[in-house]
Amino acid sequence: MSDPGLAFRSTASVEQRVDAIEAAFDARGLEPAAFIDQAMRMAEEEWVPQRGAQVVAKAWTDPAFRQRLLASGRDAVAELGITMPRHHRHLVVLENTPTLHNVICCTLCSCTAFTVIGLPPDWYKDLEYRARVVRESRTVLREMGLDLPADVEIRVWDTTADTRYMVLPHRPPHTAGWSEDALASIVTKDAMIGVARL
Amino acid sequence: MDGIHDLGGRQGFGKVRHSPTAEAFHEDWEKRVNALYSLAVRLGIFNMDEYRHAIERMEPRHYLSASYYERSLTSLATLCVEKGIVPREELEARAGGLFPLALPSAPGRTNSAQRERFAAGDRVRVTTDHVPGHVRMPAYIRGKTGVVVSESPAYPFPDAHAHGVEAADEPTYDVRFSTSELWPNAADAAFVHVGVFQSYLQRLA
Repeated sequence: MSDPGLAFRSTASVEQRVDAIEAAFDARGLEPAAFIDQAMRMAEEEWVPQRGAQVVAKAWTDPAFRQRLLASGRDAVAELGITMPRHHRHLVVLENTPTLHNVICCTLCSCTAFTVIGLPPDWYKDLEYRARVVRESRTVLREMGLDLPADVEIRVWDTTADTRYMVLPHRPPHTAGWSEDALASIVTKDAMIGVARL
Repeated sequence: MDGIHDLGGRQGFGKVRHSPTAEAFHEDWEKRVNALYSLAVRLGIFNMDEYRHAIERMEPRHYLSASYYERSLTSLATLCVEKGIVPREELEARAGGLFPLALPSAPGRTNSAQRERFAAGDRVRVTTDHVPGHVRMPAYIRGKTGVVVSESPAYPFPDAHAHGVEAADEPTYDVRFSTSELWPNAADAAFVHVGVFQSYLQRLA
């Protein structure tokens, strides 16, 4: 039997630490297991880019909706049944054009409009993207496979408050006449973050 | 605080480890942490500003080496201990080892006494404040000049809200900065838009 004092000299694994919090919550009647199950379902079914893709496709095909979306994003996405957390009081939709490119980030942590465009991908939360994209946007986008022509203006949006952003990608010319569902199928999370064009 | 979390514009980082099919989660425990911190917010144990600040208060070497969800976990545990929900000893006993927490908080502050309403097109300068507590002004805009684009709804003032200090809600301004103002001759040409709280801004004549 090892000395119990010695066991406390090494750091518990992250899994053990999460288990500890969950068990402590459970011991206090906070019912973490049911909430975890519900959150996992939300992450798989609700906080996915297909929601935002639906918003984009509608904005491309319905000019009145596009106007409402650009004027008041939160209210407009609610028309499609998409809710945002209470503290996300404002959704600003950034429209790309052939000569203007928007890209979003969060240099201080990793805030996103996750209920609209999906949970942020790993690289969005990583140190490299947070440090570099505000200062070296054109270089970073090129490294990520988006080589923008020199005459395209770049606007980087740093999510420093609880206002949330999403990029409305420029509709590819070859999609004229497509249905909303077909349009939605080509809209990616990367395009709504602004690290890709369609 | 001028913490290690304030990464915007820092040099020396390599390429973004990007994949078009990148996942939000890699392990089951990450999903559980994400749910547990959200449950704690829902239960009113802490608010989002306290949560963000407890991440910022992590010891810098721990912050930089921890994954995103380990930072979430550390903030959650730190606040549960600080708020008296669970003693640290209990967490460590249950985890069977050390449970590293964030370092203690410094005092917060309330809104600026000289807040002004701005309109689109107004030229503004970001204050040169240095504060020990939570602040949502990235260091790369401190003292810099930009142009107001729009006003947001009012939000809780983070510098107060992360510290239990009384304050009025205030709007943020979408302020447009040129990278040539932020990092003269040392950045790609672009505009950077930042949501800047009213208390951090002064009118430029």
